[in-house]
Amino acid sequence: MSGVQTPPTIREWFATDTPRSRFQARSIAFWNAWQTLSSNWLAMIGLGIIVLLVLMAVFAPWIATHPPNAQNLPGRLNPPGWEGHLLGTDELGRDVFSRIVYGARVTLYIVALVAVTAPVFGLIVGTVAGTLGGWTDRILMRITDIFLAFPRLILAMAFVAALGPGIFNAVLAIALTAWPAYARVARAETLTVRGSDYIAAARLQGAGTFRIITGHVMPMCLSSVIVRVTLDMAGIILTAAGLGFLGLGAQPPQAEWGAMISTGRQYLLSHWWVATIPGIAILTVSLGFNLLGDALRDVLDPRAATK
Amino acid sequence: MTPADIEDPRGSGRARFGSSGLPHVVKRVGGFAFSLVVTLFGLLLVTFLIARVVPLDPVLAVVGDRATQAQYEAAREAMGLDRPLAVQFVDYVGDVVTGDLGHSNLTSRPVVEDIRRTFPATLELATIATIIGVMLGIPAGVIGAVNQGRWPDHVIRVVGLLGYSMPVFWLGLVALLIFYGQLGWTAGPGRLDVTEQFIYELEVTRVTGSVIIDSALSDAWDVFRNALAHVVLPAGVLGYFSMAYISRMTRSFMLEQLGQEYVIAARVKGVPEWRVVWVHALGNAMVPLITVIALSYAGLLEGSVLTETVFAWPGLGLYITQALFAADFNAVLGGTLVIGAMFIVMNLLSDILYTLVDPRAR
Repeated sequence: MSGVQTPPTIREWFATDTPRSRFQARSIAFWNAWQTLSSNWLAMIGLGIIVLLVLMAVFAPWIATHPPNAQNLPGRLNPPGWEGHLLGTDELGRDVFSRIVYGARVTLYIVALVAVTAPVFGLIVGTVAGTLGGWTDRILMRITDIFLAFPRLILAMAFVAALGPGIFNAVLAIALTAWPAYARVARAETLTVRGSDYIAAARLQGAGTFRIITGHVMPMCLSSVIVRVTLDMAGIILTAAGLGFLGLGAQPPQAEWGAMISTGRQYLLSHWWVATIPGIAILTVSLGFNLLGDALRDVLDPRAATK
Repeated sequence: MTPADIEDPRGSGRARFGSSGLPHVVKRVGGFAFSLVVTLFGLLLVTFLIARVVPLDPVLAVVGDRATQAQYEAAREAMGLDRPLAVQFVDYVGDVVTGDLGHSNLTSRPVVEDIRRTFPATLELATIATIIGVMLGIPAGVIGAVNQGRWPDHVIRVVGLLGYSMPVFWLGLVALLIFYGQLGWTAGPGRLDVTEQFIYELEVTRVTGSVIIDSALSDAWDVFRNALAHVVLPAGVLGYFSMAYISRMTRSFMLEQLGQEYVIAARVKGVPEWRVVWVHALGNAMVPLITVIALSYAGLLEGSVLTETVFAWPGLGLYITQALFAADFNAVLGGTLVIGAMFIVMNLLSDILYTLVDPRAR
């Protein structure tokens, strides 16, 4: 049209084929990924569940109808709907609904802590091994293989048994058993970019190994690792709940879903809601992560899609 | 068992070994043996280190807290704890290799003996569960792939996805609640009822350690029926998880195969559709599936820890959990070592099987 430069509308800014800045290019890529993702209604359900979990954890005091640890022995083991207890009461007369709401905090704490430790460690090991190659690679990957071959729950159990039960130790144990998968993913990704021209160009410009790894290799591995983390979250939640169920995770009276199932177990046949309802919460959250993870993989990492 | 861990069953084993030099087979067998030894060594190192970081003082447990410094030192020396860590580790490896896992405080028997007693129960459970998983998972995966995008596919995917997202101990409890508590269709927790346990102890000769097989061999059909009624729930619960994984992998392998040209060729040739799907395509999909099945079996050995706790199944998993709470460290580490070793061997076995059945991987 005419030569008059009008500032592009937001829609045009996102739709252009010729981005003017790195920021714009990234925004467009992000926008396109979001478009694909948001057209997948299963992924949106998954995302919705996770958002709900976060909201529940943040606003727990306002959502919960009762204090989570307030005991009321005369009103113990009452069925859902009894006197304002939405999901009934447990063996100490505590409100099951409120404990589920507060339990979201524990679950989120575990998920967040594992998500910032294991993948970072795995990413460092994988990219360093992949970039340096040679003996460093061989030794690091051998160690990774050893850890990868371990049964996760059993090892976590042994770790927790040694360190003492508690949420933090449970997280530590899970992170110790979770990092090798990320190291493998990151290394595989590193090997595909290691020989590319842009790395050679950076090296010619005088970039050191550290700069190459952190500035040029790691960003390329991020999307695969993120997909993997999302897919793993369900497994991590289940492992954490399993440790809680065995009494090795959160300690009483803290409201943790796995531990709640464990205490409800003795009343299972007569008072089903105490043990079954926390399980539904665990199922819902890990289903959310699985749905989102599946869809993210299809969007961010089309090669690995199992379609 | 986390499915994402084992997403690609054709994982590491293949790529590690080069193609030059020694004859392939020798190199490969050597490579597997090396992997096995190194990984087992790593496992030993980890369990040893865990035993070292235990905050409990093993010497104090023996001498009591009223012992004098001299008595304490003497006990420490007698237990070999005053030597350098490396020496202790070598000793530990020597003990394990010669089959000495120490003494269990919980049962006051050698740990090895306890493991020998409990392991068959775990193996029985995992084996039946795997059979269930294979029998249901493979057909489900094939049907899903053939009907890709239509309702049978969606149903099977949702069922599988639920399996991935469910806590195994919770499903066990719900199954107990419904099938034992409400409907009374199955027997409750444990491996046998009291009466049958009695008959089993007296009349059944132990051949395999599996109650089901041994009682059938001894013609003790009451025990056999009772054992089946007990195993159905835990094996069904574990089998469901195995099915979820196997059906998902079968589906993706089948989709890969059905897109190949030989499938078109077979169809053009006039081969009936069921034959194309169940013989030609599935036959090729079985190659990577064998790996998947082996991995799922290894996963079930581990998954049995929680299931056994829920169903009071007297296997290795329950033994480890009980030992954990009795602070019986020899038993915990011994059990971890055995399950870990089984896990590692199954992992490697699946790699070996893969190279054996797939000529392209040679």
